[in-house]
Amino acid sequence: MIKQHFQKSNLRFRDKILALDFPLIFLILLLGVISLFAMYSSEQGKFSYYTQSHLYRFVIFFTVFIIVAFFRIQFWSKSAYLFYFIILILLFAVDFYGVTASGSKRWINLFFINLQPSELMKVALIIFLARYYYKIPLENVSNIKHIVLPLFALIVPVFLVASQPDLGTAILIAFGGFAVIWLAGLRIKFFLYSFFILICLIPIGVSFLKPYQKSRILTFFNPERDPLGAGYQIIQSKIAVGSGGIFGKGFLQGSQSYLDYLPEKHTDFIFTLFSEEFGFVGSIVLLLIYVLIMYRIVAIGIQSKSDFAKLYCFGFAAAFFSYVTVNMSMVLGLLPIVGAPLPIMSYGGSAMLSMMLGLGIVMSCRIYRTS
Amino acid sequence: MRSFSETFENKSRLITRRMFILSSLKIAVFIGIICRLFYLQISENIKWRSLSDKNRLREWKMPPQRGIIEDYFGEKIAKNSQVFQLHMIPEDVPNLEELFFRLSKIIDFNERKKSHLIKRLKKRKPWEPIIISDNLSWSEFSRLNLFLHETPGIKPVVSIARKYIEDGSFSHIIGYVSAVSVKDLENSALLRKINIPGLKTGKNGLEKSLNEDMIGKPGLQRFEVNAYGKRIKELKFVEGTAGKNYRTTLDIDVQQFTSELLKDKSGSICVMDIYTGDIIAMVSSPTFDANKFVHGIDTKDWQDLINDDKKPLINKSIAGLYPPGSTIKPLVALSALENDVISPNTTTECKGVIELYGHTYHCWKEKGHGFLRLREGIKQSCDIYFYEVARRLGVDRLAETANKFGLGNKVFDILDEERTGLVPSTKWKLKNIGRGWLLGETLLAGIGQGYFQVTPIQLCLMTAQLANGGYKIKPKIIYNEQALQSTTDASREQFGQLYRNQENVKFVLDAQFGATNEPMGTSYRSRHVKPEYIFAGKTGTSQTRSITEEERELKIKQKDLPYKRRDHALFTAFAPYKNPRYAFSVVIEHGGAGSSAAAPLAKKVIKKVLDRQQLRTKYQPDLFQEV
Repeated sequence: MIKQHFQKSNLRFRDKILALDFPLIFLILLLGVISLFAMYSSEQGKFSYYTQSHLYRFVIFFTVFIIVAFFRIQFWSKSAYLFYFIILILLFAVDFYGVTASGSKRWINLFFINLQPSELMKVALIIFLARYYYKIPLENVSNIKHIVLPLFALIVPVFLVASQPDLGTAILIAFGGFAVIWLAGLRIKFFLYSFFILICLIPIGVSFLKPYQKSRILTFFNPERDPLGAGYQIIQSKIAVGSGGIFGKGFLQGSQSYLDYLPEKHTDFIFTLFSEEFGFVGSIVLLLIYVLIMYRIVAIGIQSKSDFAKLYCFGFAAAFFSYVTVNMSMVLGLLPIVGAPLPIMSYGGSAMLSMMLGLGIVMSCRIYRTS
Repeated sequence: MRSFSETFENKSRLITRRMFILSSLKIAVFIGIICRLFYLQISENIKWRSLSDKNRLREWKMPPQRGIIEDYFGEKIAKNSQVFQLHMIPEDVPNLEELFFRLSKIIDFNERKKSHLIKRLKKRKPWEPIIISDNLSWSEFSRLNLFLHETPGIKPVVSIARKYIEDGSFSHIIGYVSAVSVKDLENSALLRKINIPGLKTGKNGLEKSLNEDMIGKPGLQRFEVNAYGKRIKELKFVEGTAGKNYRTTLDIDVQQFTSELLKDKSGSICVMDIYTGDIIAMVSSPTFDANKFVHGIDTKDWQDLINDDKKPLINKSIAGLYPPGSTIKPLVALSALENDVISPNTTTECKGVIELYGHTYHCWKEKGHGFLRLREGIKQSCDIYFYEVARRLGVDRLAETANKFGLGNKVFDILDEERTGLVPSTKWKLKNIGRGWLLGETLLAGIGQGYFQVTPIQLCLMTAQLANGGYKIKPKIIYNEQALQSTTDASREQFGQLYRNQENVKFVLDAQFGATNEPMGTSYRSRHVKPEYIFAGKTGTSQTRSITEEERELKIKQKDLPYKRRDHALFTAFAPYKNPRYAFSVVIEHGGAGSSAAAPLAKKVIKKVLDRQQLRTKYQPDLFQEV
């Protein structure tokens, strides 16, 4: 069947290559290179474990990205449900057979790799919903019948991930899902209703939070509450960013990260490290790269003929936006620390795989934009 | 209306429109993040940068080298010498218990030291060196070095610590240093500012009063440290400056000689230059080894010191208070002469006892001295004669002269422990005791008893100011060349005239010559015969309580009395008689009679000082020829 999807295309291979969105590829490669430098700096200027591993992953998953891109978009459209269910089963499996690390069960051991299904769910849910709404006529979108299923498809993984516990990823998955539902044309009033319900549910929700999550949120509102404990990360991150100034302290000169004051500098706080060393100017450049990536994704969506491709691209762009902004807001002290990696920059295999997969499908949309 | 229109809209267009709504939201959020970056990195940059530096920079201060104290000839009294220390880096020690066991075999390391060390260890980071012992003996140190390969984690270190002359002869005047206490920190802003672990501070004597100048400026090492406090690299090194050195007017030889003389006795000897005010020796006995305090004195030694009846910790030269006894008689005579209440020819008969104001007053000589004039009165130290002088003079005029000559005032301004003493007067009594002056008390004041309280150094100053012809001098311990050479008002005041008629001063000096060098003189037996050593002096025996009639009847001898009830023996002198240069005062607590317990010691000290006079003048600018 796969072969069929490859051959059925009436495009020749050379045309496919030319149909690739080269600016997007360039931006991804640029981001990859920057991430390697940041990783190198996080290891005090040594080409050691994290940097090497990040490099291998980037090379492998970039290849995955290209391969995915050459699959016909119809293939992705048709296998959307399957993809979603596989990931959902893996999520259930995590609950039973998961690997526990630092107090939460997020990973599943697939013998050759420790996979984090929640990261893949970020893309799976978007493609699932895009596929779902693609089939539904616009006038039926706001029918109760067609609200329940997508909502169910969204709530189940979100609940599973939140109970790992991994609040950050759960919120990001939910955001991506709601973005697609919004794009599909669900009436605004439903969003308003659910917004009010959400407000009312907050007090109940708080009672389900784990103590460390509560502490993180309280600490967010007042980091000085516990400067050596829960507030430490926020304070040290703000010191690092703030001390960077306009041009930063220079590559490998970030004292906050070099001297280990900065926690989790490979993963969630990689932007802090970058911002300390390259300052305001560097941060704006990095932000600009992300904005341009989003712009390319949206542009591909606009060029696409099919509503599936549009829904998927716009939805993925919105999700991508949420990953970037939640991570940055978090390390800049605008949001509580919830654990959200910065796409491609942060260390982490599943997150990188998920992003490359997502971007690959976007690229597929680009190649097969006319179909 | 909107939902109605949406229903009939093209699906693709709706998706695109909603995408644009979403995009405008994204742009707003991105602008928010850029604002936040701007705020943190540009507006608040200085704040965060300083917090980042506070994180990464840590400074270590290094104790400066303390200034040293030298004697007049440049010999070191308090110096900094090598000490052998044992440091340990806890993280390098594989097994603490094993190390402690090994140490207990090699050095003096008992259970108490061990538990103390373990307590200190808990408060420290494992990579910070900790001092196990800061004063190892050479044999301990060399044994440690021998077994070093078997005891990883420890480091024998050669360091510098305060070292004093061992015989304790300078312990009182120099004082000692010891670890900084909480009280020291409360009292000194400088110590609070420096605050280096291991810093020693002066606790008393000159070490205390000159502390702030002698401490010096600490060195500085600035390190970059990581989040766990480990030093990563040195960024700055500022060498400290050693504290100020001081040259004193003291003479180690004389001081040690004098200290040896006073061994097993309780008392004080002071030697002063009568022109410059230089203190040549100032000894208090018994003494103690100041070195013991430097590394923390152990409890037993401390208990021994504070429970000793002879009070070794007190500097008796400046803080011991004694009735001057007969040593004050030359001053009483001078006061009376100056006030024209008597003349050298005034004659009184001593029958050994006199009845005045309804009380009986005795002379020390039971049989009496017979008819006496003033010179004989001083020479033989007749009490009856001086009752008469005092009666005519009155206590207030005596107090005035005594104050002028240095009694009742602090002699130095650099020694905190110094006490003022007391020169009684009618005003003083009314103010402090609240009763009127009794005439009988005037008589007691006339022979230096009663309320009179002086320190040995005050007696020495009084003698000096008489011996130099009646000029005011400012005694000093710290040698200061500039003060000698200056011709300012201060120095003119220093040699201010204390007499009205110099003949009177000469008269009392001559009377003291008689007391020492003529038969019947009280210190005749302690005189020097060699012309170059001839001196003049005045004995004193001051009662520590009043003698009862019963005791007088029984003629109890001093040595038969219990120690605490015996008289204090005093002696003041100046030498050489012809060209006086030095004044001396000797006080032996509970020593008995001044003539037998104090004067013989003075004789030895005088010889020693005069033997060294030539050497001393070589070191001194020749400024006093005219005087």
